[in-house]
Amino acid sequence: MPTSRISMRFDKVKAEGRAALVTYIMAGDPDLETSYDALCAVRDNGADIIELGAPFTDPMADGPAIQKAALRALANKTSLNDVLALAKRFRETDQETPIILMGYANPIHTMGYEAFAASAAEAGIDGTIIVDLPPEEDQPIRDAFAAHDLSVIRLATPTTHEARMATVAEGASGFLYYVAVAGVTGAGSADPEDIRAGVEMAQRVSGLPVCVGFGIKNGEQAAAMAKIADGVVVGSAFVEQARLATVAKTPQVTAEKMGLLARELSTALKGDVPA
Amino acid sequence: MDLRNSWDQWPDEHGRFGDFGGRYVAETLMPLILDLEKEYRAAKADPAFSAQMDDLWAHYVGRPSPLYFAERLTEHFGGAKIYLKRDELNHTGAHKINNCLGQVLLAMRMGKTRIIAETGAGQHGVATATVCARFGLKCVVFMGETDVERQKPNVFRMKLLGAEIVPVSSGTGTLKDAMNEALRDWVTNVENTFYCIGTAAGPHPYPELVRDFQSVIGKEARAQILEREGRLPDAVMACIGGGSNAIGLFHPFIEDDEVRLIGVEASGHGIETGQHAAALNGGAPGILHGNKTYLLQTDDGQIIDAHSISAGLDYPGIGPEHSFLRDTGRAEYLTCTDSEALEAFQLCTRLEGIIPALEPSHALARVSDVVTGLDKDGLLILNMCGRGDKDVFSVAEALGVDM
Repeated sequence: MPTSRISMRFDKVKAEGRAALVTYIMAGDPDLETSYDALCAVRDNGADIIELGAPFTDPMADGPAIQKAALRALANKTSLNDVLALAKRFRETDQETPIILMGYANPIHTMGYEAFAASAAEAGIDGTIIVDLPPEEDQPIRDAFAAHDLSVIRLATPTTHEARMATVAEGASGFLYYVAVAGVTGAGSADPEDIRAGVEMAQRVSGLPVCVGFGIKNGEQAAAMAKIADGVVVGSAFVEQARLATVAKTPQVTAEKMGLLARELSTALKGDVPA
Repeated sequence: MDLRNSWDQWPDEHGRFGDFGGRYVAETLMPLILDLEKEYRAAKADPAFSAQMDDLWAHYVGRPSPLYFAERLTEHFGGAKIYLKRDELNHTGAHKINNCLGQVLLAMRMGKTRIIAETGAGQHGVATATVCARFGLKCVVFMGETDVERQKPNVFRMKLLGAEIVPVSSGTGTLKDAMNEALRDWVTNVENTFYCIGTAAGPHPYPELVRDFQSVIGKEARAQILEREGRLPDAVMACIGGGSNAIGLFHPFIEDDEVRLIGVEASGHGIETGQHAAALNGGAPGILHGNKTYLLQTDDGQIIDAHSISAGLDYPGIGPEHSFLRDTGRAEYLTCTDSEALEAFQLCTRLEGIIPALEPSHALARVSDVVTGLDKDGLLILNMCGRGDKDVFSVAEALGVDM
């Protein structure tokens, strides 16, 4: 059952007394084969949950790193069906690591919410984070997801006051993604103390695990954020590995570099930061 | 439900015009746009707000703008009488300031001190920079690199007015990319910043409030034609990029079933070439920039860059109310190519002594089709939404003239 894959993963992580490592990889950047290797590499190096980015031409909540990653993936003609196929391929050999598809509404709307839900479930995807579908607009997709046990993972932010958090929590499932800084992905990092109260409120109001993302780039930052959250999300720093490898014309090292980054982060979350 | 039951009940409480519109924004912005809606309702009910708007419209913008009988254009086409609603005579040279004044006054009511805007042709940027100068507010304008190049006079104007210009290089460096960048700035500076959107698009309540502020155009035109001709026009026409001047002209006539509402989209090099900006005639419904509306997009839901000779129409979407008016059949949407717009630009300049902006030149190019289909005593109002001073360089280039 897809929903339980997410909750089982949080149960496992909790039992180990640590926060979950959530890693973001843009599907098709620089190509789908590399993305598949990267998924395996981050999983093998301690990623607990994988956010699989579906590229969109106009990612209005993303900073330059993820914008450019999306354009690289699109230059390579990565379609939403390709992203689903990539997830399916990964799922063939991994029944446990939750995969969350992250992207924007339009490609999914174009495919049709029902058709997408059926394909996503068949591919072994566990849920979605759709940046531009706030609670006011996600009812149609929640209806489509209900039949397939797919989670709608919602965003909470420092601008989400308590009354608003109730709206965010209502109908959310899987976990909440707490955006640490008001801004775009890959921008400045937040001081965990500044958002501690917001994260606690999100946990209390939703009753769901809360993962914090935006601006977390290395093991030190991840370990600090892990103290106040159920999980930490790292995105732009992974995408940056794909860019560096592409620029150096060595795309084949992308997966290896992402694996090393995942290792650094997961080690930090386990408490023994390497010297 | 008959969606046409009452045209002016839209948007509904969800910010929808039928299936279009809505609030498709990142969660960071949701509390803010809900606040904006509340503040707009309060302002609408506040006589002091409308008194301040009326005063600025009369003495700062120069409203009402004239309704001018274009005698020689009428003779030239030999059809119905053509009236031009002269919004190009507004302060700053276009209709854009109608909306900027309203939004900046709202921003001040909300205690915001920094105004951001996107601009294509630069007209909305100039209008926003102008109003910010008038009220002493910081102004940052996002403008695609391509547009910065083809609209140099407006870039300099904005700088003179004290605005900071941020050239946007992502995508093709046009209006869509400027809007993405403005949204990214807004999400980053949500506490002190107000996003002054230039067209009747974006998340609710923007399409509604921009329409309401621009409706001064149609309200005046309706009163003026009744006074001049003693009856309503047979058709009203306007060009459409995002569609703010068109919705402003259309909306006060929307309950008048006998008045045809005609929008003209930019078909660039021709819809069949794929290089155009005609979202309604060459696009499909989708979700972008906070609203559901017709968009230029691939079969896989990726946005296609628009093309138009007119920077102000060079946008792959359209305001959601136009999508609704199209699907319900209340309004008609025609198209005009780059070269047809250039012809109309020159024709109007020579026959009427009015240099139109390239944007309304698109509507002008379809006037002959409409007036020749009407009786000689028929009446048509066309919104002359901007003047062409800003376009003389790009027109010269298109005509192969070396200045």
